[in-house]
Amino acid sequence: MALLELRNISKIYHLGGEEIRALDDVSLDIGEGEFISIIGPSGSGKSTLMHIVGCLDTPSKGTVRLDGVEAQNASQTQLAHLRNKKIGFVFQFFNLLPKLNVVQNVELPMIYAGLSAKERRERALKALEAVEMGNRLKNRPSQLSGGQQQRVAIARALVNDPKIILADEPTGNLDTHTGEVILALFRRLSAEGRTVILVTHNPEIAAVTPRRIEIRNGKIADKVDERLAGLDRTKPGSPAPISVA
Amino acid sequence: MNLFNTIAVGLKEIWAHKFRSVLTMLGIILGVASLVGMSAIIKGMENGMKEAMVAMGGVDKVLLQSQPVPPWQDHLADQAPGRTMVDVIALKESAPLIRVVSPEMSLGEAVVSRGEKSTVPSEVVGCWPAVLEMNLHVLEHGRFFTDLDEKSASSVCVIGTGIRDELFGNPEDIGHEIIPLGEQIMIEGQPFTIIGMFQHYMGEEEAKQRLVAKQLKEQQEKEGGPKRQRGWGRRGGWAFWRKNNTVYLPLNTAYLKFRAAGDKDGIVDQRLTDIDLKVADFSRLEEAIQQAKNVLMITHRGIEDFTFQTQENQIESIDKQIKNARLSGGLIAAISLLVGGIGIMNIMLASINERVREIGICKAIGATGPDIFIQILVESIVISVLGALAGLVASELLVSLLANISPTQNTPVITRTAELIALAFSIGVGVVAGLIPAIKAARLSPIQALRYE
Ligand SMILES: Nc1ncnc2c1ncn2[C@@H]1O[C@H](COP(=O)(O)OP(=O)(O)OP(=O)(O)O)[C@@H](O)[C@H]1O
Ligand SMILES: [Mg+2]
Repeated sequence: MALLELRNISKIYHLGGEEIRALDDVSLDIGEGEFISIIGPSGSGKSTLMHIVGCLDTPSKGTVRLDGVEAQNASQTQLAHLRNKKIGFVFQFFNLLPKLNVVQNVELPMIYAGLSAKERRERALKALEAVEMGNRLKNRPSQLSGGQQQRVAIARALVNDPKIILADEPTGNLDTHTGEVILALFRRLSAEGRTVILVTHNPEIAAVTPRRIEIRNGKIADKVDERLAGLDRTKPGSPAPISVA
Repeated sequence: MNLFNTIAVGLKEIWAHKFRSVLTMLGIILGVASLVGMSAIIKGMENGMKEAMVAMGGVDKVLLQSQPVPPWQDHLADQAPGRTMVDVIALKESAPLIRVVSPEMSLGEAVVSRGEKSTVPSEVVGCWPAVLEMNLHVLEHGRFFTDLDEKSASSVCVIGTGIRDELFGNPEDIGHEIIPLGEQIMIEGQPFTIIGMFQHYMGEEEAKQRLVAKQLKEQQEKEGGPKRQRGWGRRGGWAFWRKNNTVYLPLNTAYLKFRAAGDKDGIVDQRLTDIDLKVADFSRLEEAIQQAKNVLMITHRGIEDFTFQTQENQIESIDKQIKNARLSGGLIAAISLLVGGIGIMNIMLASINERVREIGICKAIGATGPDIFIQILVESIVISVLGALAGLVASELLVSLLANISPTQNTPVITRTAELIALAFSIGVGVVAGLIPAIKAARLSPIQALRYE
């Protein structure tokens, strides 16, 4: 049984009588420990898929099964617990709470998990060390660079030791170099045995992951566009896949 | 997420918008201050009224008052005898439920003088020694008049300290006690000898002020500062002032020296100005009054030109006034608390609108609906409780300010009960005001909240 099973997922928006199929009958299995990139043109439904996988959104049709739990049958509170314990979400725009400092931001998921103050502090420090942000504990997000904020956000996603890390264009707002640093972090998480799914527009990043899924018009493409996936090395001008140690 | 954390986060949120939070709290502050202040003022009033009540003779005193004959007896109006000594004697003999009967013959606005100084006492009354018990007088100096004084209609009088202050000077100003026993004063131009003086009556309020003034004076004497001009006569409530400005003379004296001269068509006016009664057993008040009425119906030949007024009526009217004051005060306070609550609700709604994205983030990382609900509710309650605490402080200031600007009034008294009610009310307001915003916030879907611009 796969860690994540999507069966016939559709997400349909109705805008002024017009029907928008953000996802159209998507079925997908993702096993434990996989490292996957999701690619596809803008508006194809990548974020929608991630939100459904991350239990932030519910599909219009179809079933989601996450680590044995049927998401469509779960209550709002159960979904909150799933998001809290099983999923770590990393956003394109970091989404740190501006009024809290770095440690407090990282401690927040553990507050909702009901951990003691002592344990929260210990684990937050460990997670921040892991992303090399252990020296900026008392800073506010606004006092950090984008890359630093994203590292704090990753620490926050990791801190409850989730099985799945979901990242929606985590490097989309960062320069190439910083993007590489962040990507290295995800590779390490994958190497530690976590399931990592990331959405990207960057072929170089897609090339790094063992498995690639392309979404087009709300459907999973049969064959991955090699150019988008950074696999076509013959064409001149397309960059070679980066290698990050 | 435990409560302590939640409160801490709430406080942080409030601290982040200090100015706005204070403005929001203002409604609650005013509400609590007016509730506590109002009830303190009313409590002061109540204390003053009760004190005055006792000063006027206590609850078991019944006034026998004259009234116009009822319409169905109109044709007998000129037969109405009025209240006379006949009534007094009949009541003493035949109404065992009446313990004390005190006849009074007032001289009206009589002028009392000594040399250059003169004054118009609150009452110059001819009476029996029964008046002492009737009006709860305490004779501190000298003696009261005896039956002998009464029989021989001697020209003696007993005065209150207010009269002494006016005619002989105020010990506060002069610096030593003055006891004018044996001195002569003129009452409506006729010489009288002072044979006794009552103690100085004062309310709690005045007692306090005197203490303060004494300390102040000692200080001033050291520094040689100016002396107080006026005495304490009028301070501490009119009931005490009135009691201190009394002149009593024997009833017979009053009758013979003042009434007998002013006859009408050759017949001396026999009527008394007052007959006060005290009942033997307060629990049988109704019965006692009925008994007195039966007796008086005989002496008045069935003409009902009299009525009884009990202090109970007065207590009832005091209670009623207090109740009314409480009601209107409570209403005002409730309205301002309500307005305060609306203010809080308004600001909480605005605040969650500002924080939709934050709430979305919290939900994305695992906050449950109840987590968010409690967070918003606690924030609202924290605002209202802080406001209430500030309001309690404000009410203390308000009350001490009131006490300072008008010390002649009854001191407002802040009661624990009022404070607790105000606090409980504010918490209630906080809960109610926070409810809708909290539900709204808890119901936000994570994805919609995250996408909110
Ligand atoms: N709340 C919404 N209401 C209406 N339509 C929506 C809503 N959210 C998404 N859509 C539509 O669903 C489709 C898929 O959107 P989605 O955000 O998943 O695209 P995406 O693949 O993530 O694009 P990008 O690469 O630009 O982020 C788009 O056509 C979008 O307009
Ligand atoms: Mg997207």
